[in-house]
Amino acid sequence: MKTILFILQKEFIQIFRNRTMLPMIIVLPFVQLLILVNAATFDMKNIDVYVVDQDLSSTSRQLVGKFEASPFYNLVAQSFQVEDGQKHILRDEADLIIRIPPHFEHDLRIENQSSVQLLINAINGNTAGLINAYSSRIISEFNQHIRVEWAPQQQHKSARPVEIVYAYWYNPEMNYKIYMVPGILVILVTIISLFLTAMNIVREKELGTIEQINVTPIRKYQFIIGKLVPFLLIALFELAFGLLLGRWIFNVPVVGNLALLFGFTVVYLLVILGFGLFLSVISESQQQVMFVTFFFMLVFILMSGIFTPTESMPDWANRVNIINPIAYLMRVIRMILLKGSGFLDILVDFVSLCIYALLSLGLAVWRYRKTA
Amino acid sequence: MILSDMRRFFGFVRKEFIHIFRDKRTLLILFGMPVAQILIFGYVITNEIKEARVAVYDQSKDGVTREITEKITSSGYFKLAKRINHSGQIEEIFQKGEIKEIIVFEPNFAEKIKNERPARVQILLDATDANMANLLQSYTAGIINDYSSKIRVGRTNMPVIKAKPRMLFNNELESVYMFVPGTMALILMLVTAMMTSISITREKEMGTMEVLLVSPLISRQIIAGKVMPYVSLAFLNGVVILALGYLVFGMPVHGNIILLLGETLLYIVMALSLGIFISTVSPTQQVAMFISMFALMLPTMLLSGFIFPIENMPWPLQWLSTIIPAKYFIILIKNIMIKGTGLLFVWKETGILLLMTLLFLGLSIKNFKQRLE
Repeated sequence: MKTILFILQKEFIQIFRNRTMLPMIIVLPFVQLLILVNAATFDMKNIDVYVVDQDLSSTSRQLVGKFEASPFYNLVAQSFQVEDGQKHILRDEADLIIRIPPHFEHDLRIENQSSVQLLINAINGNTAGLINAYSSRIISEFNQHIRVEWAPQQQHKSARPVEIVYAYWYNPEMNYKIYMVPGILVILVTIISLFLTAMNIVREKELGTIEQINVTPIRKYQFIIGKLVPFLLIALFELAFGLLLGRWIFNVPVVGNLALLFGFTVVYLLVILGFGLFLSVISESQQQVMFVTFFFMLVFILMSGIFTPTESMPDWANRVNIINPIAYLMRVIRMILLKGSGFLDILVDFVSLCIYALLSLGLAVWRYRKTA
Repeated sequence: MILSDMRRFFGFVRKEFIHIFRDKRTLLILFGMPVAQILIFGYVITNEIKEARVAVYDQSKDGVTREITEKITSSGYFKLAKRINHSGQIEEIFQKGEIKEIIVFEPNFAEKIKNERPARVQILLDATDANMANLLQSYTAGIINDYSSKIRVGRTNMPVIKAKPRMLFNNELESVYMFVPGTMALILMLVTAMMTSISITREKEMGTMEVLLVSPLISRQIIAGKVMPYVSLAFLNGVVILALGYLVFGMPVHGNIILLLGETLLYIVMALSLGIFISTVSPTQQVAMFISMFALMLPTMLLSGFIFPIENMPWPLQWLSTIIPAKYFIILIKNIMIKGTGLLFVWKETGILLLMTLLFLGLSIKNFKQRLE
């Protein structure tokens, strides 16, 4: 027991002795957190619209006017040709073509029905859906406006047989940042624990100091605990610090039980640290381990649901996510922080991660040999 | 240069190449990464809604509510995951996490409609992911309003404007223009800058740098020799990514391929000079790696316009994105691939990349000289 404490002491001294590492671990990640959360948004602030008004009636002009008046839309050009509009889209000069067909006003007055075509640039599929949602909403509001103007006497009858009422739970202001902060925190915590662990051990291999440890009476398990625990603690500290920052600066709510979150994170970190250990055991140089780790990390991060939801992913991707630890924490941290989900809600994820941790650490420990 | 000088130099380059090829695992990752990234971006990163799980709380249970529910679930966008029987279950369901939308029909639905009184549907959305919530709401409202207007037509004389959305260029074949340039920018930057900085820092750490410095090779040759293999590897990588784009997604290149490859080379050299610069400020490999990771990867992914459009970011971040080289490279590549323009149109971005290269090289040389003194 005392041996382990001594090893831990040595490890911590080594880590803090490294002057450049400290700011690297503390300052850089958080600067990133602050800056990048603001960048990661799909909010459309500036939709470039190309108008094809084939009716040129007062009603159609009114409709175009509604788009012009909105601060989110920016009229780039107007013509009669849809093809020209498409060229604009290809050149990235327009996000949306609004096509008002000929006889628009006429059909609306006489037949009570008309339509407006929205041709949306879906090259960047992530924003297309939103452009659709915003634009449809504007058209719908305009529709209401017309009804009031043209047939005020019919107002006592329900405008729509079916009235829709919306309620946005957990995030009534539709703030995307509180969704991104936990996501980026997960990345930071993962990068720190995974890389530091992996590089640390390989470094000892490269420098030769690992041989020196191997010839001491220190047992394998003592050595491993000594290597993993410091980074576990550092990662937990990062999480705590990050949550504080998130709370102060971005008003990220903490609806659920923090103890539950940290408990889950500990299990998660065991999986990650096991990974790090395993990768460092099978790698010969720091460069190698860095590359392999980086590759897995990039793939896992992208697939974890940080930017785009896992529900939108194809089935094979979701199956791969079963072995993606990051996906688990990504899900759970958002559930606990933003919705207040409880232990029973995350039970399945928790148990899966526990099994995964056993496998990961077990594999790593089994591979590590004190003798060459 | 004398012949022996050249021989020396090439001997050095050969050594570097051998070092790299000895490391089979890294090579594998090097070439596996772009493949994986392209696949992920092509097929996985999307906001589309398909079979989103919804729950229905039907307090009416009549023909109309059944019909509306049917319309929603048969749209392909939604899947009925659960039926609720009392409102207490609502919070439970959201906390479990899988269901993001609950549709609530008020009692006596069909009757209200028959008597031309408003019948209310409540759409409760889990707005933790505000984007998704927006999309879900929009699709659901679309379906319900569609149904609504069918009832309405012929009953009152209310004008109805239908919005008909159509997505252009949205199968993988066309959205490839979006992520192939981005993937190239990210991977080439990371591979080149990271590998170069780590490699040079490694020599420093191992002490073999000192050995090199006392050899007859001049520092210019050392640096050049070190980066040569990485330039070729990165370039090869770039070609592989372009080829993948063509073979897997059928993405053609409309512009001048030579210009495209030339710009790619320029970008690689820029990333290289950045890598060299990083190595001059990093005492250990760990530091070099951390700087590459944090100062390069995340900003390049997030601020280059690759995933999140730059126009939607707050002003300070838009300014910040002007120092991200990847941003210019992506614009360049897209211009050449999609518009097929020549050097005349992209001279501005090319110039910026050149300037950056010179800047980093200049800084590196300054740092290097200082260290030697």
